[in-house]
Amino acid sequence: MKIAVLSGKGGAGKTLTAVNLAAAAGQAVYIDCDVEEPNGRLFFKPQNIKTADVTTALPEFDPDKCTGCRTCVDFCRFHALVYIKNRPKVFSEVCHSCGGCALVCPGQAVTEKEKIIGKVEIGFHGETQIVTGILNLGEASGVPVIHKALEEGIQQDDPVLIDCPPGSACPVVESISEADFCILVAEPTAFGFHNFCMVHELAELLGKPCGVVINKWEGVYEPLEEYCKEKKLPVLLRIPYEERIAEIVSSGKILVEEYPEYRKKFQELLKKTGGGQA
Amino acid sequence: MRVILPVDEEKDVICATFGRAPYFAVYDTETRTMELKENPASQVQGGAGLKAAQFVLDCQADALITPRCGMNSAEVLQAAEIKIYKSEGMGVNQNIEAFEDGKLSVLTHFHGGYQGIR
Repeated sequence: MKIAVLSGKGGAGKTLTAVNLAAAAGQAVYIDCDVEEPNGRLFFKPQNIKTADVTTALPEFDPDKCTGCRTCVDFCRFHALVYIKNRPKVFSEVCHSCGGCALVCPGQAVTEKEKIIGKVEIGFHGETQIVTGILNLGEASGVPVIHKALEEGIQQDDPVLIDCPPGSACPVVESISEADFCILVAEPTAFGFHNFCMVHELAELLGKPCGVVINKWEGVYEPLEEYCKEKKLPVLLRIPYEERIAEIVSSGKILVEEYPEYRKKFQELLKKTGGGQA
Repeated sequence: MRVILPVDEEKDVICATFGRAPYFAVYDTETRTMELKENPASQVQGGAGLKAAQFVLDCQADALITPRCGMNSAEVLQAAEIKIYKSEGMGVNQNIEAFEDGKLSVLTHFHGGYQGIR
């Protein structure tokens, strides 16, 4: 069972929810796909870390074999290749490493060179396996790192908790691609609600069953509750805007390990998603 | 010499952006004729600056007059030794006149792009 946790807006409580679900499950895998800012490790403090590099391929053009026919430049749908002075030139940040230029080149002048863009760290917090995707500073796309983190982390049995990046663009699409269920974490504010609708639309488009966790709950926020009712989205948990919770989280501790009532609540949440036996 | 300018929907006005401009005006200083061409990059999902710069190269332009230009586009244009001048005011004809009188300055600031690359 693979459960993705997403929210659209940053700071809504994705990491809070995903970390505590994994910790409450015990034997589980937590995958941090927020590769530009992976924060789950601040809570788990994983031990016995093993590291694997993540690379992408960039085309190189053999000047002796390239005839300047321009086939590769015209083929590239990302417009990552330009044709200057009868030779192709690649813009690495625009290149999606699809390998198309090498395939279409009639002169076999294109070879692909591996480039390191980040890494995946795998460690343990008790029985919980912690997989962290880390994108190198200055790199344009985290998608290959997310792909590798998912590949490393997804196993057959354990519930897998996927902590998604904010937003609703390519990195989120990649993060939820393998998920059986999406938990949408909602912040009951106008901004939070707006982005919540965007991720819900995305998850629906990809045919993912969804449930809602409302974080920083301070009573009914009408637009959100109405939307959930209208779309038949079950509200699985409400986490109140409470000082004790804020204190535990801001000191880098795990809620279910400090606040026994919440161990039960997160175990119940996991059960509602179909991801464990509470 | 061929000079190219990004042009707005009102075809005598310079477009505020380079890569996403709907049209390009190509002016030939020898024949004193102007040709309007659709920008093939105006609607593409990504890499508009690169595709538009490619178009400028393919038009065999020697110089570009534009209010602004991104870093990727600038890298392509500079590699192809196309000079980039900063436009003054909105009128296409007014800028061609200023260019021919040598009154336009070279564009030296290039922005980092307006949206995520992907």
